[in-house]
Amino acid sequence: MSILVDKNTRLVVQGITGSAGAFHTRQCMDYGTNVVAGVTPGKSGQMFDGQVPVFDTVWEARRKTGCNASMVFVPAPAAADSILEAVDAGVELVVCITEGIPVMDMMRVKALMREKQSQLIGPNCPGIITPGECKIGIMPGYIHRPGNIGVISRSGTLTYEAVWQLTSRGHGQSTCIGIGGDPIGGLSHLDCVKLFNEDPATDAMILIGEIGGSAEEEAADWIRKNCKKPIAAFIAGLTAPPGRRMGHAGAIVSGGKGTAAGKIEALKAAGIAVAATPAAIADTLIARMKA
Amino acid sequence: MNIHEYQAKELLQKFEVATTRGRVASTLDEAEQIARELGNVDIVVKAQIHAGGRGKGTFKNGFKGGVHVLRTSAEVRDVAAKMLDQILVTHQTGPAGRKVNKVLVAESADIAREIYFAVLMDRATAAPVIVASTEGGVEIEAVAAQSPEKIIREPIDPLAGLQPYQTRKLAKQLGFESSQLKSASKLFGGLYRTFVAYDCSMVEVNPLVVTTKGDVLALDAKFNFDDNALYRHPEVAALRDVAEEDPREVEASKHGLNYIGLDGNIACLVNGAGLAMATMDIIKFYGGEPANFLDVGGGATEEQVTEAFKILIADKKVKAILVNIFGGIMKCDIIAQGIINAAKTLKLSVPLVVRLEGTNVDAGKKLLGDSGLAAIAADDLADAAQKAVKAAAGKK
Repeated sequence: MSILVDKNTRLVVQGITGSAGAFHTRQCMDYGTNVVAGVTPGKSGQMFDGQVPVFDTVWEARRKTGCNASMVFVPAPAAADSILEAVDAGVELVVCITEGIPVMDMMRVKALMREKQSQLIGPNCPGIITPGECKIGIMPGYIHRPGNIGVISRSGTLTYEAVWQLTSRGHGQSTCIGIGGDPIGGLSHLDCVKLFNEDPATDAMILIGEIGGSAEEEAADWIRKNCKKPIAAFIAGLTAPPGRRMGHAGAIVSGGKGTAAGKIEALKAAGIAVAATPAAIADTLIARMKA
Repeated sequence: MNIHEYQAKELLQKFEVATTRGRVASTLDEAEQIARELGNVDIVVKAQIHAGGRGKGTFKNGFKGGVHVLRTSAEVRDVAAKMLDQILVTHQTGPAGRKVNKVLVAESADIAREIYFAVLMDRATAAPVIVASTEGGVEIEAVAAQSPEKIIREPIDPLAGLQPYQTRKLAKQLGFESSQLKSASKLFGGLYRTFVAYDCSMVEVNPLVVTTKGDVLALDAKFNFDDNALYRHPEVAALRDVAEEDPREVEASKHGLNYIGLDGNIACLVNGAGLAMATMDIIKFYGGEPANFLDVGGGATEEQVTEAFKILIADKKVKAILVNIFGGIMKCDIIAQGIINAAKTLKLSVPLVVRLEGTNVDAGKKLLGDSGLAAIAADDLADAAQKAVKAAAGKK
């Protein structure tokens, strides 16, 4: 078991013929993901690598192939529109890898998705993987192994770091989700915590956050009241100077809000074990699971 | 990206936001001419640099204050002469100060009342919100902490935008008289339209003033732009003043690198923003001080890695370099080749600690091993950080 994606996921790739889209589509297929369609406007009728049909619209891809998840590799100026296209077609899960989407565009996407059933992961994220079953995104597949730990993170490479620590110590993952580093995005830390909490195959969680916003605090508050599963966390940016945007558009400490210290305090108050360094994330969780 | 006060004034005027009369001057003649045009009023001359605390700053030529209220065009010329091309030091510029290339010459407002007014993007609701207070002209964070009841929050529907009734309600809540309702509403509407038109993450007017004559004016505005949206606002991107920025950061941005200069002595080169921050954190945890934040991103080329190294090495404070790469999209062999190229062309005089993991890690390690480069290999993140801290302290 897992959350959101598994061996039954049927993936459409939006922007499949672009260089990044094509490269990562192949990586996903090599991992075993069932890629059933691609979409690039104007390229309908082509076959990607001789096996995946390309359509002009997601609407058409959905009708012809029954795709139920989308991976978006469309360049930033058109990416918000691509997300909405997938949502309109009824695709249940949209994973947007694209970075650099204007915040106002995502604001409109979020507002237009309010009444819809579709879920969004990202943008500006590494994607989601259920080890051994389905990889949607740009994470290196081999660092994962199937298991019972759920991983939620705002950062890409820091997620790989945590996952690799788990795998090297013999602990597998149920599902790993990179929710992305932008100020406005789809699933939040809390949304993912709730899903993992309900998932019988997930016995523990790792929560990786960073400075900026209040998503980690909101997740901590809910966990304190509702979650019994052991959780370890790490917050990046303890040493980041205030007022500077640290790479991710969302990673900024402004007006004394969104500091790493404040987040760590909230997590600890919820009974979550907080790793002192990024090198100790897996060991912190393993110790908590034994406690 | 930051912009100058005079540029903010010009942006606001495009959306009919009332501000004080006046313009920017680069020469003494221009300053004097603007003062003459303003006529028989009090005139304020303000040094244009990005740093705050200008009023209380001191020029290196001994002249006190980057903001002066004057009466005649001759006085304006005299004060402009003491500011233009001079170095102004404020509590935000550091001891080096900033060169003043332009001064703003404007009518000095006769202030009856000061208000705080900001439009910002609220992450929690994923929509814009207006934050306002009758306590203007002071630090809004202090108001929020001491008297939170004086902070007004008006949420805006992300699809419908700010409605006229909301501007009237805000005007009432902020204590405007009926006769001022129209001008206040118009100003609020203009500020919101400016916020949307330029993809801002914040437009903050502090203070927004009511003059003794009853006029409503935006006296000073601070803009934060969404960097991701600059591609569709070339006129905003053109307002960037690189003379106001850290030269290391300017160089990095030329090569598409995400770099922020800090004060420590351990330079870091990392892929991914989260891991880059975490690398700074772990350096500090083991007693070191990071010299920078540097995210080379997911798709960096050998050339970009080489350029990144040049920037790191050019920083004379740097005593050790830590490379921490977890290859995903980024391939370890690309990083390794970039490092080798950099070491060939630059004289690498400080110890280099390299930790590689992820995509093509074996190829990367082999390249480094075969190159004869004196790099200190690290097994994992903790090992890498400890080795870098030791190396920077001059220990083996």
